[in-house]
Amino acid sequence: MTSDSVMSGAIAVPSVIQCEKVERRYVMGDTPVHAVRGIDLDIARGDFVAITGPSGCGKSTLLHLLGTVDIPTSGRVIVDGRDTARMSDRDATDFRLRHIGFVFQRFYLMPTLSAAENVELPLAEAGMARAERRVRVRELLGYVGLGSRLDHRPTQLSGGEQQRVAIARALANGPSLLLADEPTGELDADTGASLLELFAQLHRDGTTLVFVTHDAVVARAAKRVVRLHDGRIASDTRGAP
Amino acid sequence: MRFTLAWATLRRHPVRTSLAMLGIAVAAALLLDMVMLSTGMTTSFRSLLLTRGYQLRVAPKGTLPFDSEATITGAQAIVAALRANPSIVAVSPTLGATLSLPDSRIPSTFALGVEAAVQGDYTVEQGSDVPPPIVDTMESGTATTHAVVSATFLARSGHVIGDTISVSAGLNAQLRTAARSKRVVLTGMGRFYYIPAETPVMALPLTSVRWLLGPGYVDRMSLAMAEVRPGDSASVERARTWIATTQPRVTAISTETAIRQVEERLSYFRQLAFVLGAISLGIGFLLVTTLVTLSVNERRGEIAVLRAIGTQRIGVLQQVLLEGLMLSGAGTLAGLLLGLVTARWLNSILRDFPGLPASFDFFVWSPDAALRALLLLFVSGLLAGLLPAWRASSLPIARALREEAVG
Repeated sequence: MTSDSVMSGAIAVPSVIQCEKVERRYVMGDTPVHAVRGIDLDIARGDFVAITGPSGCGKSTLLHLLGTVDIPTSGRVIVDGRDTARMSDRDATDFRLRHIGFVFQRFYLMPTLSAAENVELPLAEAGMARAERRVRVRELLGYVGLGSRLDHRPTQLSGGEQQRVAIARALANGPSLLLADEPTGELDADTGASLLELFAQLHRDGTTLVFVTHDAVVARAAKRVVRLHDGRIASDTRGAP
Repeated sequence: MRFTLAWATLRRHPVRTSLAMLGIAVAAALLLDMVMLSTGMTTSFRSLLLTRGYQLRVAPKGTLPFDSEATITGAQAIVAALRANPSIVAVSPTLGATLSLPDSRIPSTFALGVEAAVQGDYTVEQGSDVPPPIVDTMESGTATTHAVVSATFLARSGHVIGDTISVSAGLNAQLRTAARSKRVVLTGMGRFYYIPAETPVMALPLTSVRWLLGPGYVDRMSLAMAEVRPGDSASVERARTWIATTQPRVTAISTETAIRQVEERLSYFRQLAFVLGAISLGIGFLLVTTLVTLSVNERRGEIAVLRAIGTQRIGVLQQVLLEGLMLSGAGTLAGLLLGLVTARWLNSILRDFPGLPASFDFFVWSPDAALRALLLLFVSGLLAGLLPAWRASSLPIARALREEAVG
């Protein structure tokens, strides 16, 4: 294994993410938190990774670091060859817009916008023309199985459907990396399973997927499971290819 | 898209947004009214003075026009001298008096003796004007004269246009006899610019009023108005100075001087308007700041997500500013309508104050005033949204997401 590539089966694949001795400390209220403690992690392009572990083990903090919404206290996080700590806020935001898709546990859809308008948001940010956006939105919502729900507002959609809209939004600008924080956390088991099936589909279509879950059963849907404990990697296992 | 999102955000809490908009509308209406009030009186007074184009008022020395019952002696010589000045194109002498009405429902009326051809005191709205005298000499008591009267005169006296009535002067209250009386045909009804609406008034030929008041008034006038050409302020001032130096018995006041004097007298109105306007602006500012701050605080998670999915800081700043501007914009438009309605209502109340000229307005609509008020509110709305917008755009994404996850 080299510093910029990892083994995926027998073929060397370039890393999309490299973490080198990453530490993250912050203060929550009055309490100092040492959330991530010296993590080294490489994730190959096209991989499907679950980061798991108990509550408070640093999963979400690590995901934020990988997604450039946070920077490490020490160590380096390199995403698509770029050191996240050296990016300006403007660069990091633009990088997220074009290269990273985010899915959150609570969906965070704009409640007064339709499904289509929610998906349109990052496209508009990227400066895509209105007519082109409409076509792309239709395509994305069709991909996640909501082709007939374009004009529905989040309150008119089930939890699973809302999360699919959030996934369509995350995929809007064709990111090379999709990060999801407890994506099935607010869903029932069946809905969660169908969402994991959608993730598997995305993986088959070539998207690099990293998701965080505290549920070991959900984590098994991934090809690789990184288990954290107290801010450190406790285990890193790869399932069947 | 920013507009869509801003509109969607405001629609999320319709009652709260509507109430805030209403608050801004009230503040905007008050601001507009105060701007209209602070400039309206001067505008109204100026247009009142310039209604018939006379820029100079000539009053007895040391007085303001109709400020006292003083009259100018040697009136005919003064008027002739003014008319001889080539820069003065029209001179309108006026003699004011109170006349008794022995066969009317009202005991007396205010009367203006005017030269109909040059008078600048009224406009005939019904019937016809006073005909010019056939011979411009002293009248005899037997000759019937003509008059234009105000609507108040007709309403309170019960007379109609076409009636012939008696007017008297020099009434002896004990003997109930008048020194002089005259038959007057009411030829028309007019709108008198400078006379309070509640005062019955009639305009008669100047010669008739002089005859009624007696021999002592043959060569008197209360006031003369003069029109100067060209009408620029330098020419008017030159004419005023000329009158001041050549006519020692009179005081000549230009429209500008009169306006300055009125402005000085009414300066407290402008100060009050300024203070109330500033307060209303402050209220509008606080309303927008409060509502937008509240909205931003409620949406910390959403804003963090917007940033996470690629919205730049400047984008969030624009987004929140736009919300503030839409809120203040909608409130301002509603306030504009509300302000016009309340200004009209307040104007009708204030105009009923006794002693004010019928044509005087307190609130005068002017696009400039409205634009000034709108501009002030626009800037205020922009500034009001700036602090919450800056806070929203500087939100630390990871921390906001962590806090949201904790709940």
